[in-house]
Parts: sequence; structure tokens; C-alpha cells
Amino acid sequence: MCPKSLVGKSTTLRMLTTLLPPTSGTATVAGHDVAREPAKVRARIGYVGQKNSAGENFRARDELVVQGRAYGLTTARARERADELLDLLDLGPLAQRKPGTLSGGQRRRLDIALGLIHRPDLLFLDEPSTGLDPQSRADIWTHILRLREAYGTTLFLTTHYLEEADSMAERVVIIDNGRIIADGTAAQLKNDLAGDQITITTTTAQEAEAAARIGGATAEGTTVRLRVANAAAALPEYLRALEAAGVKVATAETARPTLDDVFLTLTGRSLTDDDIPA
Amino acid sequence: MTTFLRDTATVFTREITPSVREPVGLLFEMGQPLLFLFLFGSLLDRAVGSSWQWFVPGILVMMCLSGPMAAGYTLLVDLIGGSMERMLVTPLNRTAMLVGRTMKTMVVLLCQAVLIIVLALPLGFRPHPAGVLAGLAMLVAFGVGLGALSFVLAIKSAPDGTLFYVVTQVLLFPLLLLSGVLLPMDSGPGWLWVVGRLNPITYIVDAQRALFAGDLTDLSVLYGTAATLLVAALGLVLGNRAMRQGI
Repeated sequence: MCPKSLVGKSTTLRMLTTLLPPTSGTATVAGHDVAREPAKVRARIGYVGQKNSAGENFRARDELVVQGRAYGLTTARARERADELLDLLDLGPLAQRKPGTLSGGQRRRLDIALGLIHRPDLLFLDEPSTGLDPQSRADIWTHILRLREAYGTTLFLTTHYLEEADSMAERVVIIDNGRIIADGTAAQLKNDLAGDQITITTTTAQEAEAAARIGGATAEGTTVRLRVANAAAALPEYLRALEAAGVKVATAETARPTLDDVFLTLTGRSLTDDDIPA
Repeated sequence: MTTFLRDTATVFTREITPSVREPVGLLFEMGQPLLFLFLFGSLLDRAVGSSWQWFVPGILVMMCLSGPMAAGYTLLVDLIGGSMERMLVTPLNRTAMLVGRTMKTMVVLLCQAVLIIVLALPLGFRPHPAGVLAGLAMLVAFGVGLGALSFVLAIKSAPDGTLFYVVTQVLLFPLLLLSGVLLPMDSGPGWLWVVGRLNPITYIVDAQRALFAGDLTDLSVLYGTAATLLVAALGLVLGNRAMRQGI
């Protein structure tokens, strides 16, 4: 999902998780209306906010047990689950530590453990990897994907990083000005809406003009860019056509489209500087 | 109702656990009242002779003022961090979040008050047994109300918390000094006496002194009870409303 400018993604997330009542309209989360049955929604979802979820004055395991109790687990069951999650997220040795003594990546893993204590069907993650160094980011993703495999939890996440949405999301919904304009897997959207890109350069502008005519595109100086369905198959064919026409190609390369290309194709605007929930 | 009780117990357990794990912290919180007790108390004792009956109830009120007033601070920390938001997404009852926290304030207050009384006994403090019970009950009710008001202030101060620090710092000392906790207000000029009478804490201090002395039917007890109930009711109504309105 990619809301652009009008709807703040965190605000959207706060509405879907019952933290904020919607001013108008309705939303159904895990089978229940967020405005009319917030309690039922809360019981079925987990939430990992942007800020750290564990209280500063509390030990990691204590907070996990409290969280389990908050979802109605017995103390014994909450303790079991706490230990299970501490193990699963490699936090075992840190169980008795307070959040202030943990690293950024460790705190984030604790946040995720807190969101999963009651095994929700649906887990909301608000920028789970923001503010982490690349190694911790990769580590968080490894854990998130492992948990998804172990529990089959549906993940709804927002991220600053377009490539994260691209590689992690199984379903991408693009919302522009409050309307859904595309819905599918990242691969589908890219194939259907953007296509691959072929870029060739020639030594002279005249040759570029000729190459653009043959490819059905326009030249920019000595560079020609083509949109095609399958670049790997189309490139040799295009190069043969150019050779037959006597155009000498200096360089040729292919590129897979990004979600930004998809957004650009659909709306004519780029997404680059905005926050991108996926 | 059982859910409400369970949620209250959950919140209470969460809040009390750090104190149970590190009880030394409770002693540090009591540092100021203890310092005043031993320092001022001893000085006054020399100056006016057996002042403990007069001084100890005042120290108890002082503790009931600073402790609950600071109670909002723990909430503020949770609000500034993400832990309050995390709990608001759980099915935890909103009112239980307030009641559980208030109960923690109450239990801590009661422990501290009993400790002060016990520590003052060897110094020559001789409280009236029934009066002590009534006095503690009044202190706890007052602490509950004030603690709830502190929570409201914390909620209104989020996300940066400046308002909380400013208001508590500005209020604490005038309320304390103008209530006659440390020095008798009767000997001051007339205007000071009037200002003191406008301070609800004054009535509670007077009532505590009467109760600990065993004057259970003194008129000041009635006024003190009224002031206590006023603070408690105000705190609970505003606190509950703030929790329900969402944060």
C-alpha cells in the first residue's frame, strides 16, 4: 500500500489499530469494525509502533508477561510465551535487562516479541527497520520472516525503504488520493504496469535518433530508453534490428522496474521522497 | 467485572514490580521527608519542646504531596516512550489502567507512612492508635485523588512533558510551605494566614494533627475530610475522563 501525501501512513495505522477514531468512513480489521468494535479488533491484532514498546523502568521479561496478561493469558501461560519468544528472537540472555541497556536492534526485537505475545493473526509494524544500521536491519528482517513462517501471521507494515516493500511484501496496494489504483504482487504490478527498461547508448545523436525510431521511443542525446515486457528476451532482438539498420551501439543494459516506476507510470508522479507503507 | 479486576491486577503488578525488585528505590523517594523529619524535627524539638506530635503528621502530608504528585511522572515516561501506546492497543480496560496505577501509589504511600511513624516512635512520637488509622485512611484517599490529578497532568503534558515539570515544580513548594507543614502559620502576618486558609492542604494538615493527637471529633477533622474528598473526587472524575478520551 502506498498512500501519497494526503493520508499520513502512521495516522492510517493508528486508525486501523484503534488508537485513533476515524473522523469518517469505516474500516474492518480482522473481521471487526474499528469504530464499533474496537475491543474485538484489539484482541486479534498485534502492534509494533514506531517508538519502543517496553517501559524504561521494566525488565524485558516482566514486560512480556504483563503484555500476555493484558491479552487475557494466565500468568503461567504468559510466562511460557515470554520465554518462547525471548528464545525465538535471540533475546534469552537479555530477559532480565531493562530496555535502556539494549542496543537498537535488540530493543526492536523486544518490541516485536511484545507484539506477538498473544499470537495475533495480524501484526501491524510501523517502520520496524527505521533508525537501525544495515546489519541490524537485515537481522530484523530475518527474524520477521522467520516468525511469519513459524506462525503464519499476516504482516501489515510501513517502511521508509522502497526496496524493502519491493522485496518483502507479498501484496502491494497503491492508494492515490484515497482511491486504490493498483493491487497485486510487486512482480505483477511491475510486469503489468511498468515493464523492464532497456537503455542503450550510441556514439552520435543521429544514430540515437535512428535507434529510437526502430524501438518506438525518443532519444535523449545519445541515450535511448525503451519500456518492454521482458528485457532479457527483447534486448538481443532489438540489437539485431539496430545492426541491420546500421546503427552502432556503444553500450546496452537492462533494468528491472522498481515500485517507484510503477507509481510513476500510474500517476505521473514519483514516490521517492515520501513515506511508503507496503 | 472480572475482566476489570484482572486488568487492574495486571496494571498494578506491572507498576509495583520495579519497587518490589529494587525496594531501595522507595527509601530514596522518602529521602526528603526523612531528612526533614530528622533535621527539622530535632531542631524544633530543641526549640519548642516535644514537637513530634505536631511535626510528624505534617511530614506525612508532605510525603503524600510529593509522592502522588510525582506518580504522573511514571505515566509521562510511558507516554513519551511507546509503552503506553503499546498497552492502549491491547484489550486492557482504560479505567483499569488508571485504577491499577493509583493502587500502586496507594500501597507505596501506605508503606512509607507506616515507616515514618515507626521511625518517629523512638524519637518520642506518641500517636493515638485509632487516630493513626483514621489519619492514614485520610492520607491514602488524598493520595489517590492527587495521584489521579498528576496522571491527568501527565496526559495533558505529553508528548514533550514540559507542562508536567513546570506545574509540579511551581505547585509543590507553595502548597507545602503555605499549609503549615514545617512551621506554624498562626504566628505569621494576617495575609499569610488568609493565603494558608485558601490552600486545601492546610485543612488536611490540621486534621492529621488532630487525628494523631486523638481528637477524633475535632472540627478540623471534618474540614480535612471534606478537603480530602474534594481532591479525591476531582482526581477520579478528571482522571477517568482523560483515560477514556484517549491519549
